[in-house]
Amino acid sequence: MQIPAPFDYVRATTVEDALELLARHGPESRIIAGGHSLLPMMKLRLSRPEWLIDINDLFELDFILRDGEDLRIGALTRHTTLLESDEVHRLFPIVRDAELVIADPVVRNRGTIGGSLCQADPAEDLSTVCAVLGAIAVVRGPGGERTLSMHDFHRGPYQTAVGPDELLCEVRLPIRARSASAYEKVERRVGDWAVGAAGASVTLAEDGSIADAAVGLTALGLDHTVEEAAGLLRGKRPSEELFADAGRLAAEACDPVADQRGPVDYKRHLADELTRRVLRRACARAAGHPDQPATPTQEG
Amino acid sequence: MQISMTVNGNEVTSDIEPRVLLVHYIREVLGLTGTHWGCDTSNCGTCVVLLDGQPVKSCTVLAAMAAGHDVRTVEGLASGTTLDPVQQGFMEEHGLQCGFCTPGMMLTARALLDKNPHPDEQEIRQAISGQICRCTGYATIVRSVQWAAAHPAAGAGLGEADEVLDGTDTVVEDVATETEDSEVKA
Repeated sequence: MQIPAPFDYVRATTVEDALELLARHGPESRIIAGGHSLLPMMKLRLSRPEWLIDINDLFELDFILRDGEDLRIGALTRHTTLLESDEVHRLFPIVRDAELVIADPVVRNRGTIGGSLCQADPAEDLSTVCAVLGAIAVVRGPGGERTLSMHDFHRGPYQTAVGPDELLCEVRLPIRARSASAYEKVERRVGDWAVGAAGASVTLAEDGSIADAAVGLTALGLDHTVEEAAGLLRGKRPSEELFADAGRLAAEACDPVADQRGPVDYKRHLADELTRRVLRRACARAAGHPDQPATPTQEG
Repeated sequence: MQISMTVNGNEVTSDIEPRVLLVHYIREVLGLTGTHWGCDTSNCGTCVVLLDGQPVKSCTVLAAMAAGHDVRTVEGLASGTTLDPVQQGFMEEHGLQCGFCTPGMMLTARALLDKNPHPDEQEIRQAISGQICRCTGYATIVRSVQWAAAHPAAGAGLGEADEVLDGTDTVVEDVATETEDSEVKA
């Protein structure tokens, strides 16, 4: 029987209350939202907080809100809510692509975007999604609010810039015209960690060429986006040759490790192939073409 | 700490340790052993219960986190002695062999049908994709849910000889003592 070590439990009633509780109980306290990363770690004694501060009552952090040129998503927004949101899907189709393959439907009822980003697991899909979308993280602490790019937010595997007395409150996704995005993951079975995944976001110029692009990889040993691929894509017209060149750059930029999910050469192959596929789909979507039949996945 | 929640329509209040998981609270404190406890790692899904109507894996929710909320277990599926259509569907279409995954499967099916009364096969398969069955190959589970969808007003009465197993006779008062010194046995 796996049971966490003893801890004290308290529920926060507001964001201010959560910050005060973090300040009072210090670095040995942890925020719990969905709990589907933290509780397994506590069962295995990989994490042993003295206090758990439950923020599930903070409905003020559970929202999806169009605000000018941003889509604001509260940190407590559940995966299921993101998956089912038509507005999110219309603006950022990469989110539904990813959410369909994040954990499983039951886990998605609990897990949150804030928890996923703060866990910063190398196989975590929403970190890649937010990175390619140019998301801004809004973090609150005793000194007030600060905003961070995903590059600054994500400090490496399981590490973020969120301090022990701070709380990730929301994620802002910049809305861009003539833009679309896509995500694709290879996993051995539903709910397993990714063997590898790729995400892409593209903005087309009026003449149909690529004005801006971002490519990111998940579980393939690359924390941030593939800058070389973005540089290659900008200013060029979408084509199979261009996608193949970008795929090759992604395979060169990544640094996967061999494990039970596959050897290094296979994972590099995935970086290449998945980059081509997500660029192809993102460009087609940005040009207004309907999706081709989905690539078969474990859930398909 | 003291917690209160609604379980199958009944208000329950208990004094527990914060680290008690919802699955153990339901089974050991409330004695509702219809909720099964399997992998402990939120993979197998046999511990699924409905929390405010949504399926959750109760091995990865603290009982304390469910306080103030509405919990429904497999014991709460039947209405008195009348089976839920999902339960009857599992009987009609042989949706189980060993029965270990069945409580979680049926609760997920109930939540699916509440949200989407006419799911297609793909939607059913997706809904149960976080739950493992090692007997049926899922085909008969899918057919059971389809049967329930096609018979929303169904509900076989339990025979008089059948005892209604609501677990109320086997309440264990204090799970905290039992789990106090337990360590991980991975």
